[in-house]
Amino acid sequence: MNKEEKKELWRWLESRWTNPDIDWKKGKIITAGIDIGSVSTQCVVMVDGELYCYGNLRSGSSSGDSASRGANFALDGTGMTVKDWHYCIGTGYGRVNVPMAKRAITEIACHGRGANWMYGPQVRTILDMGGQDCKVIRIDEKGKLTNFAMNDKCAAGAGRGMEVFADFIGISINEVGDRSFDIDEEPKPVSSTCVIFAKSEAGGLLREGWAANKVLAAYCSAMAHRVLELMMRVGLEPEVGITGGIAKNRGVVERLEKELGMKFSPKVWHNSEYQKRNIPFDTQIAGAVGAALFSKAAVEKGKG
Amino acid sequence: MLANWGYQDGSGSYFITIDTDKCNGCGKCVEPCSQGVFEVGEDPADPLREEPVAFVTEAIRKKLRFSCSPCKKYLTAEGGSAASRTSPEVLAREMKNLPCVTACERGAITHSW
Repeated sequence: MNKEEKKELWRWLESRWTNPDIDWKKGKIITAGIDIGSVSTQCVVMVDGELYCYGNLRSGSSSGDSASRGANFALDGTGMTVKDWHYCIGTGYGRVNVPMAKRAITEIACHGRGANWMYGPQVRTILDMGGQDCKVIRIDEKGKLTNFAMNDKCAAGAGRGMEVFADFIGISINEVGDRSFDIDEEPKPVSSTCVIFAKSEAGGLLREGWAANKVLAAYCSAMAHRVLELMMRVGLEPEVGITGGIAKNRGVVERLEKELGMKFSPKVWHNSEYQKRNIPFDTQIAGAVGAALFSKAAVEKGKG
Repeated sequence: MLANWGYQDGSGSYFITIDTDKCNGCGKCVEPCSQGVFEVGEDPADPLREEPVAFVTEAIRKKLRFSCSPCKKYLTAEGGSAASRTSPEVLAREMKNLPCVTACERGAITHSW
């Protein structure tokens, strides 16, 4: 097949952002967090505890390379280099292989802290729907964990499954959410919990004459169902914040809200300054934000 | 904090819950487990915690169903097999016979099955 003609429908949008109002050279504490996920990598840099820049891109097969690419992507155009960081913490699936990190902390702890900072202290439950796992975390007002469960045994209900599915149906992953609501009637969820079997079940539905959008709806709905069970184990306490890549897919998020009978916290910064300045709120950076915050705490404790 | 280590899949839900507020990191749960399910060290979910805590070994988290099956024998002493067990109360009583649960003086360990 001609390479140029092959569309990569699973490709979700990468993002990066720099805070134009901060002169990092005047900063006292520059800390970073790098979250190497199985699907995506994020690098967040904070200057004196304020968000300075972040980058969010796809992970490669080597965690070390992904970390370097993530760091370079985030620092692009800022004039800052990795050497300017006072402390860096690695987190996520590939956390032990982050060359510039002085310490590794699990993504569970980092997500709690990061989501608390992004959404604010009123958030008590966090649902993180990542590339290859799903976590439900309960936290107190300081972002300290009180209860958590994680499912990383299979990719059903996770981002990678959605990538596979978008590619199979032949619709860009960025359109899945909207398209899944462009239907006449809400279908039953696909019955298979496994991505591979769900894919073949979808193939069967398409052959039966189902419209692509309806199949997407059935899959989004199945994904919502699957996460629900994990959420019930940990228990829900409002407000509930959602992080990770799937948080950007309204096909899953809104169906989940309907099943839960409650709304997730709006995806806006707790910090009203950030809101006013329209800093893009990226649900995927929560883990890296948490790592950068732990880095700051480490420097302040004198471990830097 | 209630740390739920384990997973949920098509066959059921397999979690060992460790209440880290009760756990003092004494490590008495490590030895009695024939499968090496527990280890004690820095809290994976709370980097700011000073004292060590017990958690489920990473390599075992995704196969708890199999690692914990040798201890099924402790759960059938009174009520017969799982299917014929009369009530949740019987199960709760039998659960206390599990070596890991018995070993923990502070009652920090519970199971989801």
